[in-house]
Amino acid sequence: MQSVGNYRLHFLNHSMKKLLIALLCCGFLAAISVTGCKPDSSNNVKPDSSNIISFKVPEGWPKPVYTFQNNALSQAGFELGRKFFYDVRMSRDNTISCGSCHQQFAAFAHLDHDLSHGINGLFGTRNSPGLDNAAFRPAFFWDGGVNNLENQPQNPIENPVEMDIKLADLITKLNTLEDYKPLVQKAYGQTTITSQILFRALAQFMAAMVSSNSKYDKYMRGEEGGAMSAQELHGLTVFRANCEGCHKEPLFTDYAYKNNGLAVNLKLNDSGRAHITALPEDRNKFLTPSLRNVDLSRPYMHDGRFNSLDAVVEHYRTGITQSTTLDPLLKNGIAMSDQDKADIVAFLKTLSDYTFTKDKRFADPN
Amino acid sequence: MKSIFKLTAFVLLAVFAFSSCKKNDNNNNTPATDTNKVHLEFFNVVGGSNLNLNDEWYKNENGDSFTVSKVNYYISNIKLNGSNGTTSYTEPESYHLVEQSGALDQTSFDLYGVPYGKYSSVTFMIGVDSIRNVSGAQTGALDPANGNFWSWNSGYIMLKFEGNSPKSNAVDNKLEFHCGGFTGANNTLKTVTLNFPTEIEVTKSGVPHVHLQADILKLFKGANTIDFSQMNTIHMPGPNAKILSDNYANMFSVTFAGL
Repeated sequence: MQSVGNYRLHFLNHSMKKLLIALLCCGFLAAISVTGCKPDSSNNVKPDSSNIISFKVPEGWPKPVYTFQNNALSQAGFELGRKFFYDVRMSRDNTISCGSCHQQFAAFAHLDHDLSHGINGLFGTRNSPGLDNAAFRPAFFWDGGVNNLENQPQNPIENPVEMDIKLADLITKLNTLEDYKPLVQKAYGQTTITSQILFRALAQFMAAMVSSNSKYDKYMRGEEGGAMSAQELHGLTVFRANCEGCHKEPLFTDYAYKNNGLAVNLKLNDSGRAHITALPEDRNKFLTPSLRNVDLSRPYMHDGRFNSLDAVVEHYRTGITQSTTLDPLLKNGIAMSDQDKADIVAFLKTLSDYTFTKDKRFADPN
Repeated sequence: MKSIFKLTAFVLLAVFAFSSCKKNDNNNNTPATDTNKVHLEFFNVVGGSNLNLNDEWYKNENGDSFTVSKVNYYISNIKLNGSNGTTSYTEPESYHLVEQSGALDQTSFDLYGVPYGKYSSVTFMIGVDSIRNVSGAQTGALDPANGNFWSWNSGYIMLKFEGNSPKSNAVDNKLEFHCGGFTGANNTLKTVTLNFPTEIEVTKSGVPHVHLQADILKLFKGANTIDFSQMNTIHMPGPNAKILSDNYANMFSVTFAGL
C-alpha cells in the first residue's frame, strides 16, 4: 500500500498536491455531514426549485403536535406522500384516492357532501373533515380515536365503505407498481414499500399543509390584504365574546370533545367520543372542528347536516337540543341579533386562505 | 512528500471512521463483550396438553366448553437477569408477535448479543408499552398490517384469543377476546418475571433454549373466573379487557431452560 501511495505521490506537482489536499478535506467534510447514517437519503435530496417544501410554525401559533420525528421532512418524502394521496390505486378497485374526499379547493374537505361516498358508491357515517394544519392536531377523526397523524390513513384505506383494501393487501399491491420505486428509493433509501413508509410519506404531505394566509391572518399580522370591513370586525368581536369558548384562536378549536346541542341523528346513531371511551358522559360529543377555511368546506357538523354558515350560527341561536352531555356553555343557546349573526358569518369568511387552496405544491401532480 | 502521505492517510482514515455506519449496533459505547444467542420458544397449552386449534374441545374453569381458532400475543421489553446480581441483558428494540393461528405459526425467536454469563430469570411485558402505542407508524412485529392494531382507536391488541363456545350468545357462538388498552384504570399492560428451573449459561458454544408455556385455561381463571355466557366479545379497551389481562398476567411459566 505504502509504496503504491508514494509512487503515485511522486508524480504529483505542487499545485496538484494542493488540489489533492483540498479534495481530501472536502471529502472529510462531506463524510462528517453524512455521519448520521440515516437509512433515508432525504436530506440529500435536491430541492425542486419552485416546489420547495418546508415547515414553518406561523407566528403566534402553538407548537405543532406532529414534529416529523424519525421522519424528517424532505422534498422526496413529501412528493411520495402526494403521489400516494392522489393515487386511485390506493383503493381496492382503483376508483378512490384520498383526494377524492379531501379536495384542495375545499381545504381538503369534501365540498357539498354531507357524507362521502367511497368504493361502489357506498356512504360513510361522517362528514369528511378538512386537512389544513393537520400537524397541529393532537387527535384525528370526529371522535378523536386516532392519536398520531401517521396512523390516520389506515382507517379510510381499510374501511369497507371508503377504499376497502386491507393494509397488508395494499402494501403487496403498491410493491408491484414500478412507478413508485424511484421515489421511494429517493425518499427512504429502499425500494420496498412498507406500511411505515406509506404512512410516513402521507404524514409528510399532510403535515406540510399549513394554512395561515387568510385575511384574518393578515389582519392579525398587520399585513397588506388584512384590511377588515367594519362588519367583519364587529363579527370578530361578537365571535370572541360567544364562540371563543370552544373555537379558540389562532387555530379556532380547543381540540376538545363537546356536545354542541345537535339533535341525535337516528339514522346514523353515532355516539361520537363515547365510541372510543365507552363512557356515558362522552355520548354525543364530537371533536371541536377548526373554523379555518370554514366557508370553503361546507357542509358542516359531524354528519354534514347544515349547508350554510347561516344555518350553523342559527343552530347556536335557536336550535340547541338539551341533553345530559350538552356543553354547559350552550345551555341557553347563544343570544344574538340578526345583525350579530350576519356579522359573525362575515367574519368567518375572512378565515378563507386562498393561497393555501391554490398552492400548487398540494395539488394533484397529474 | 512524507508529510503529504501522512496527511492523506490520516484524512482517509478519518473519512473511513466517520462514514462507516454501524446500523443495528445495539451496544453502543459499551466495551466489546463476547456474546451469543438465547433461543426463546413459546408453547400454548390447555391444562396439561398442547393446544390444538379448531378441532379439540376444552372446558374452562366455569365448566363452559370451547374450541380455539387463534391465539396471538405481544411479548416485549425482554430482559435476562443474571445470577447473583451479575451481568444482565436487555434486548434492544424488543417487540415480538407470538402467533398460533394455523399455517403461519410464529412461536419462537432468538435474543441476540447476550453477554457470556449465567442467567436465572427472564422479565418481559405482555403487550406493547404505552410509548409505541402513541408513536405513529411502526414496522416489523409492530406493523399494523399484522392485524393486531386497532386503527380506529389507536393502540395495539396485546392479546387476541378467538374461538367458539356453545355458551356464547354472540353470532355463531363466537368467542372474540381482543385485549388492549395502555392507559388509565383499564391499562392491560403486564410485566412478569419468571425464574428458570435451572440457571442458563451463555458461552461461546452454548446457545441456551428457554421454553415458555402459556396455559390458555389460565386466561379464564385466576383473578377472575370467566363465564362465556357473560363475557364472549371484547373489541376495545375497557373493564372487560382489564379483567382478562389480570388473568393472563399469570398465564406464563418457564418449563425448560438449558442447552
